[in-house]
Amino acid sequence: MKSWLLGAERGFMLPVQASSVAPAVDALFKFIFWVSAFFFLLIVGLMLFFVVRFRRRPGYQKPTEAPSHNTFLEITWSVIPLVLVMIMGFWGFKVFLDLNTPPANAYEVQVTGQKWKWLFTYPNGHVDETLHVPVDQPVRLVMTSEDVIHSFFVPAFRVKRDVVPGRYTKLWFRATKVGTYPVFCAEYCGTGHSDMLTTVEVHEPGGFERWLEAASNLLNTLPPAEAGRRLYQTRGCAQCHSVDGTGGIGPTLKGLYGHPVVLRGGNRVTADENYIRESILEPMAKVVAGFDPVMPTYKGRLKDQEITALVAFLKTLASEDKGPAEQGRE
Amino acid sequence: MSVPVGNALHQDNYLTHGKGWKSWLFTLDHKRIGVMYLISILASFLLGGVFALLVRMELWTPQRTIMDANTYNQMFTLHGAAMIFLFIIPGIPAALGNFILPLMLGAKDVAFPRLNLLSYYLWVVGAVFALVSIITGAVDTGWTFYTPYSTTTNTSVISITFGVFILGFSSIFTGINFIVSIHKLRPPTMTWFKMPLFLWSLYGTALIQILATPVLGITLLLLLAERALGVGIFDPALGGDPVLFQHFFWFYSHPAVYIMILPAMGIISELVATFSHRHIFGYKFIAMSSIAIAVISFLVWGHHMFVSGQSNLANLIFSILTFLVAIPSAVKVFNWVATMYKGEVELATPMLYALAFLFLFGIGGLTGLFLGALATDVHLTDTYFVVAHFHYTMFGGTAIAFFGGLFYWWPKITGRMYREKWARMAAFLIFIGFNTAFLAQFIMGAQGMPRRYYNYLPEFAPYHKVSTIGAFVLAVGFVLAAATLLHSLYAGELAPANPWGAATLEWHTSSPPPHENFETQPVPGDPYDVDQWVYDAAAGGYVLAPAGASGGRA
Amino acid sequence: MHSGHAQVAHHFPSVRAQFEAGKLGMWIFLATEILLFGGLFCAYAVYRANHPEVFIYAHRYLDKVLGGINTAVLILSSFTMAWAVRAAQLSQSQRLVRLLAATIACGFVFLGIKYVEYEHKWKEGLLWGKRFKPTHQERVVEKDVPPPRPLTDVNPEERSTLPLPAPPPAGLARPEESTPVGGVVPKNVQIFFSVYFLMTGLHGLHVIAGMIVLTWMLWRARQGEFSAAYFTPVDLAGLYWHLVDLIWIYLFPLLYLIH
Repeated sequence: MKSWLLGAERGFMLPVQASSVAPAVDALFKFIFWVSAFFFLLIVGLMLFFVVRFRRRPGYQKPTEAPSHNTFLEITWSVIPLVLVMIMGFWGFKVFLDLNTPPANAYEVQVTGQKWKWLFTYPNGHVDETLHVPVDQPVRLVMTSEDVIHSFFVPAFRVKRDVVPGRYTKLWFRATKVGTYPVFCAEYCGTGHSDMLTTVEVHEPGGFERWLEAASNLLNTLPPAEAGRRLYQTRGCAQCHSVDGTGGIGPTLKGLYGHPVVLRGGNRVTADENYIRESILEPMAKVVAGFDPVMPTYKGRLKDQEITALVAFLKTLASEDKGPAEQGRE
Repeated sequence: MSVPVGNALHQDNYLTHGKGWKSWLFTLDHKRIGVMYLISILASFLLGGVFALLVRMELWTPQRTIMDANTYNQMFTLHGAAMIFLFIIPGIPAALGNFILPLMLGAKDVAFPRLNLLSYYLWVVGAVFALVSIITGAVDTGWTFYTPYSTTTNTSVISITFGVFILGFSSIFTGINFIVSIHKLRPPTMTWFKMPLFLWSLYGTALIQILATPVLGITLLLLLAERALGVGIFDPALGGDPVLFQHFFWFYSHPAVYIMILPAMGIISELVATFSHRHIFGYKFIAMSSIAIAVISFLVWGHHMFVSGQSNLANLIFSILTFLVAIPSAVKVFNWVATMYKGEVELATPMLYALAFLFLFGIGGLTGLFLGALATDVHLTDTYFVVAHFHYTMFGGTAIAFFGGLFYWWPKITGRMYREKWARMAAFLIFIGFNTAFLAQFIMGAQGMPRRYYNYLPEFAPYHKVSTIGAFVLAVGFVLAAATLLHSLYAGELAPANPWGAATLEWHTSSPPPHENFETQPVPGDPYDVDQWVYDAAAGGYVLAPAGASGGRA
Repeated sequence: MHSGHAQVAHHFPSVRAQFEAGKLGMWIFLATEILLFGGLFCAYAVYRANHPEVFIYAHRYLDKVLGGINTAVLILSSFTMAWAVRAAQLSQSQRLVRLLAATIACGFVFLGIKYVEYEHKWKEGLLWGKRFKPTHQERVVEKDVPPPRPLTDVNPEERSTLPLPAPPPAGLARPEESTPVGGVVPKNVQIFFSVYFLMTGLHGLHVIAGMIVLTWMLWRARQGEFSAAYFTPVDLAGLYWHLVDLIWIYLFPLLYLIH
């Protein structure tokens, strides 16, 4: 994520080109840049020349016959820019059509934007918080939002598309360079707008399939508590619930399991398996005192087996002396 | 024809005509209303500027610097809202235009003085509603109030929306006043093509104000109804369409940027002609381009939604029309440059602002081409490239022209001259600071830095640091400019009736003008026939050449 | 809009110039009013195009008879208003007062009937957006979006051939429900009532504003301010009242007479 800007391939103004449309977009960018530079230098150059040549100074007499209009000049400097901008307009449209028309064989990934994270659902049902795609294969994103308008933006691919609640928007690209590139939310969406970042990882041929296989079979290949920890990180729990006892939008999960919880209204319950399961599926049923009822339901988004894994993970956090950090990543 | 050549500060003038605060608050004199607008608008500019500096300070480091994310979101929202709705939109028409328009027409007042006062007080009420939200939970929606974010955030959207709704009516009433004044109070000998170009631009502006602002009004009413009653017009959960809000909003707000820039262009036309001491070049093309801009500006709003999922055809049409609207602006720029040719260019402070305008608006306009082209817009929209682009047009264009106009008409408004050296120094600092602050933003925008970001990737830090430094240089420039103007109020030399040698009618009366504007009714001629005015050392300014002699012509 | 005295204001060259300026200003103001409603008409067009079945279904809950009577009342008031302007021009001050009073009375009748209609809707729960809670059994609209389909009950081996849809976003109308067949209630009926209350509500506010202006005219007419020499305010108020009528004449068929 750090090297894409400082990398050897970056231009002065534009980031690395990592998609099939990027060279075409950049070519248009450069055309407009040089046309603009020419006109800017022409205008400012003439302006400065006139200021110096015709400045008021002792002994200077302004010429007596100065034209106050010239229709030929007016038409010239209307028509030449008109032709140039029409070229820009239609060129821009032509590239935009390529950018906007996915090939029929594109690999499809569902994207959900919500405050303040991206969720990518792969065709096999695997959900992840980072986007993984194969290199040199068209990928089509079908996107919608859970709450407000977001915008999916990958500078290295030169693609951006608003993600709107209540409808699907589409975006496609064909990544041409293996690597990791940042994904931004480009439409202002509130407190965490600037933290709604993730990455798109472009895999070498064959690498994507291997990644998806491993990522999808989390529950079969890992012990439940470790799988639960991964789920905790990738399904959005970590956005609001800490595991180290610090505060957040939701209560911390440290030392939760098996301990009493004070609810809104003063009732107490013990955080057992059933309470945790209910809190995941029906977050509004029992809201912890001191917190707002803002958690979305995970009904239909987490399998039973995944909830079991999450409970197993929470059990490891139950006693203070056994923090998650020691569990070791990878 | 006798023209007062001197200063009227110690005689009966509009400032001394009537004493006490009531004579100001209930005045129907367009000049006093203009001055009240000017003070209020400059206060808003100060407020918006403070918010801008706070935003820039926060962006000094990639993480938290001085405030949390919510406060930051409120700061940039208030910066945008204050600058756009309280400063730039009313700035030139309501403050300078109010003062100058009747004078330029040779009239005693605008057509509806009571309506004029009403629109000032509507502005005040609107501003209060907009700013009261700072206390009651400042809005964090961005000045664009996009739904559904604006209908779900728990900040006081209702208050600011209602405020902007009222400000809209203020703007509409000013527009009505200007159109009727230009139609009905123009002296019979001042034909349409003998009108100063500032009036042409105000006419075009007023057309947009009355045709576009009502749509903003209904949009904001719908947003209010959505928030207060839950009508669901923009709520997808109730079958509404959130993108419809954007269409409505930009149907007003794109023409609104021409409400902001058109009068600025009018000022530049006056400044360039006056300080080149030469007839404006291509008068009819400049005049007609104002009207062309006013008309085409209504057909381009969709270019704000190229990535929101409009059809390809709609995108193509909006893109082409957007490029079309660039042409009249380009024509104006070429004509201004041509006006200097074979003139006698005097680098007084207002002319420095005009030259800065040509430079900055040149960059602002040309970078608009990147955003008008569909393919490049997809990459650049909602990044700092857009932020830099509209600051170059709105600040480098409109605000610079506003201050150019303020320094130009200051002697007429106050009857005092300012220290030329200080004013030039301030203009220079503003120019340097502005470019430092915003050129860096083009680069980081093209690199992909999205706008309205509280945290950012560390790669962008150098650009942000440069930008913040520039913002503070800019602020120092404005403090110096303010000091210069305030100093002139009590220590400035007395201004002559026509210090610059301009030929438009406001210079045909004393500085400051009398209560009813003119002692003797001026006779309108060619507003750019500057050669009939000659410098008179005894008067300290320009006086009409004696009949028969042909002024400065050899 | 300008000085309320018969004499010409200081900055106008003549009474005639002043009258013409006032008239021009009023026409421009009316144009802005039309544009204000224009936004609502656009919203109406968009939603009617998106949900034609909702408009066809829901408009039947509006009372055509009451709406028709209201249309007639407003047309009558336009007639009395035009006659009032004529009376002012002819210096018939008694007649002017009576006609202005008649116009205001028509306004009250209109608002009264509107109140009856609104109250009816209120009782039946036929309100806007989130307040839409129809009380009548057969009008209950199925509003609940079914829970999102689980995403996971597919064998990983089939993943490349079986792309699953993302969970349907809240409020997205499913196509099979978008046309009412055999008494099926369409979704999103509340959109019609949102549009109905916004349009008639904004119009109602304009009627009230017009009545306030006319009351002021009535008061000034009783003072004997108006005559053939000076009737501009009555004329301008009349223009405004005609606009308010005209907008209703568009609203009535658009809302009540769909088909």
